[in-house]
Amino acid sequence: MSGSWFYRNVAEALADDALKAAIASTSSKKMASRAAAVREVENFDTLRDLAKQIKQHTLDHLDHYLDEFARNVEASGGVVHRAATAEQANACILGIARRNGLTSCVKVKSMTTEEIGLTAALEGGGVHTVETDLGEFIVQIDDDRPSHIVTPIIHKNRKQVATAMVRELGIEYTEDPETLTMHARRHLRGVFRTCDMGVSGVNFAAADTGTICICTNEGNGRLTVTRPKVHVALMGIEKVIPRLADLSIFLKILARSSTGQPITVYNSLVTGPRRRGDRDGPEQLHVVLLDNGRSRVRLSEYREALQCIRCGACLNACPVYRRIGGHAYDSTYPGPIGKLLAPLLGDSSRYADLPQASSLCGLCKEVCPVQIDIPGLLVKLRRDQVTGKNVPLMRRLGFRLASAMLTWPRGYHLGRQMARWLSAIGAEGEWIAKLPPPVSEWTKYHDWPRPAKRSFRSLWKEEQLSQRRNEK
Amino acid sequence: MSVDVALFVTCLTDTFHSRVGIAVVRVLRHFGCNVHFPEEQTCCGQPAYNNGFHDEAVVMGRRMVDVFAGFEHVVTPSGSCASMVIHHTPELLADDAAYAEPSRKLAERTWEFGRFLTEVLKVDLASIPVRDDRPMTYHYSCHHRGIMTPEQATGMIRKLSGVDYRPLDNIDQCCGFGGAFGVIYPQISDAMVTDKLDCIARTGAEVVVCSEAGCSMTIAGAARRRGLSVTFKHVAEVLAEALGLMDDKR
Repeated sequence: MSGSWFYRNVAEALADDALKAAIASTSSKKMASRAAAVREVENFDTLRDLAKQIKQHTLDHLDHYLDEFARNVEASGGVVHRAATAEQANACILGIARRNGLTSCVKVKSMTTEEIGLTAALEGGGVHTVETDLGEFIVQIDDDRPSHIVTPIIHKNRKQVATAMVRELGIEYTEDPETLTMHARRHLRGVFRTCDMGVSGVNFAAADTGTICICTNEGNGRLTVTRPKVHVALMGIEKVIPRLADLSIFLKILARSSTGQPITVYNSLVTGPRRRGDRDGPEQLHVVLLDNGRSRVRLSEYREALQCIRCGACLNACPVYRRIGGHAYDSTYPGPIGKLLAPLLGDSSRYADLPQASSLCGLCKEVCPVQIDIPGLLVKLRRDQVTGKNVPLMRRLGFRLASAMLTWPRGYHLGRQMARWLSAIGAEGEWIAKLPPPVSEWTKYHDWPRPAKRSFRSLWKEEQLSQRRNEK
Repeated sequence: MSVDVALFVTCLTDTFHSRVGIAVVRVLRHFGCNVHFPEEQTCCGQPAYNNGFHDEAVVMGRRMVDVFAGFEHVVTPSGSCASMVIHHTPELLADDAAYAEPSRKLAERTWEFGRFLTEVLKVDLASIPVRDDRPMTYHYSCHHRGIMTPEQATGMIRKLSGVDYRPLDNIDQCCGFGGAFGVIYPQISDAMVTDKLDCIARTGAEVVVCSEAGCSMTIAGAARRRGLSVTFKHVAEVLAEALGLMDDKR
């Protein structure tokens, strides 16, 4: 296993000091703002309970709410498409562009479009596509990939951003964030003026009104869903919530968990395309409902993973993500939630390392606004790997043997004594600097303590004797 | 009034930190407990459970239920083993006709040492003058989550009278142990423990108090490799020393 792509990615990431510094500072800042934002709300945990219950309820009755949502989208003049796979979704969206002769597309940041590789599909089909979120725009012009679901360029520093902008926009070199942002803004305004297609994701979709909600901090979402003549919204089927009234709970917990803001700056609610008399808005609204493995997950014991509202708090908290960054996971969704979604939605054997590469510290679960038991589900994925014989033979034998020893107290004592005795070889006092495999990997970085001279249970006998003497 | 307590010492403490076990026994006795040690005990099955070997974990879970049947309270000096017995064993045995109910009962009777002292025995920590007057910091182990908050856990040391307590930065960040994780992904684990050691060094503490044998092994082993001299103690050792119950020098 140590030859796998994941190990190579980890080694590369750990050797990159700039990456480490960039992620460490951003994620600590976000965790601190999150903590402060959560403290401001008296009943934050009650909101989390409520949000979780709403998500669970919706997932339990998903078909019902999806049908209701679709009916209401169509009643307000929109068109609903259902895509079982990424390929179907791409073909559907490209079809919409072709039928309407659309050639210039603007996009709002959306992990779901990343998941299906929509930009490449549109470009391949002759539709020029531009990311309009600043971070995603930089990712696009630098031919990079997002490494965080909310902060796509968390891995980049000012120098890298400046170099890319100079190259693409022909501006004078500067590392001043505000100047760079203004250049990008001017450039993107030009794109908005001429585009004819807008693609967005969906943060939440209310079944009772057929309304979709798109949350952005830069206002590009609002432009994308109003300016072009056709708006296509791609949503995972798990994004539906029963009522528009439920939205307020989610908006409250999303931004606080994600960036520590009380609420996202722009929350665009879209119900149908432009109506007669409206001064702006698209002529057509298409909502594409994407399954791509979600129904399978919904019907499994991993349903809870679909509660995710993509706030990114688990990434910011995760001690593993904070060391290796998002690219190491080589999946659309990195971090703790990605360790679930990558193998669940995609190829579980390709992503076999992800559920294993966790110390199960549980901080992700603690910060999750919908309380997904990420460590618990990771353990279940590990169990599936064991039952599917998808773990190395030596590990299987090791655990079986150790477990057999541990259910036999005499064998356990004997093993301990043997270990104490054998550990004298090459020990320096009570510590050992080098052990044979598999623990050799551990002793590369840590000394290993020898078993204590006497076990607790042998000391216990004396403890009992002295206790009895004292009582007499 | 005497409280009946069975000590679940855990395999790591039994093997590597037997002094911690003795400290736990003496502190519990000091506060009026009648301590038992069921000698058939071995391991709660946590390593098997965490790594997905659930058939094995089920067998060990049943053993735990049998070994600790009939005791009023079960106390353990490990947050992760307490968490296994309290949260995961009942889940593993939920469909086991003979063991589902007894495992839930065992979960209700099982306590992490620190929480047992404060919640059941209602020990007034502020009345205990600390004996080790060196600067101390506290490493919060991840598996104390769901048992004690960082605030409650550090309180075990912070509240002692006369303590020179130094708060640890990034207290909620894992030290990199994670059981087999440290062996399977040693590079990531090393990056984590390196950061932990940096935080410890910044406190200026000479003693790190940690109530989890796995974390202690990790942090102490990495500290030793780097030539850092810090002493690691369990809360029970600090308390037993403070109460004059340990006669050995350390």
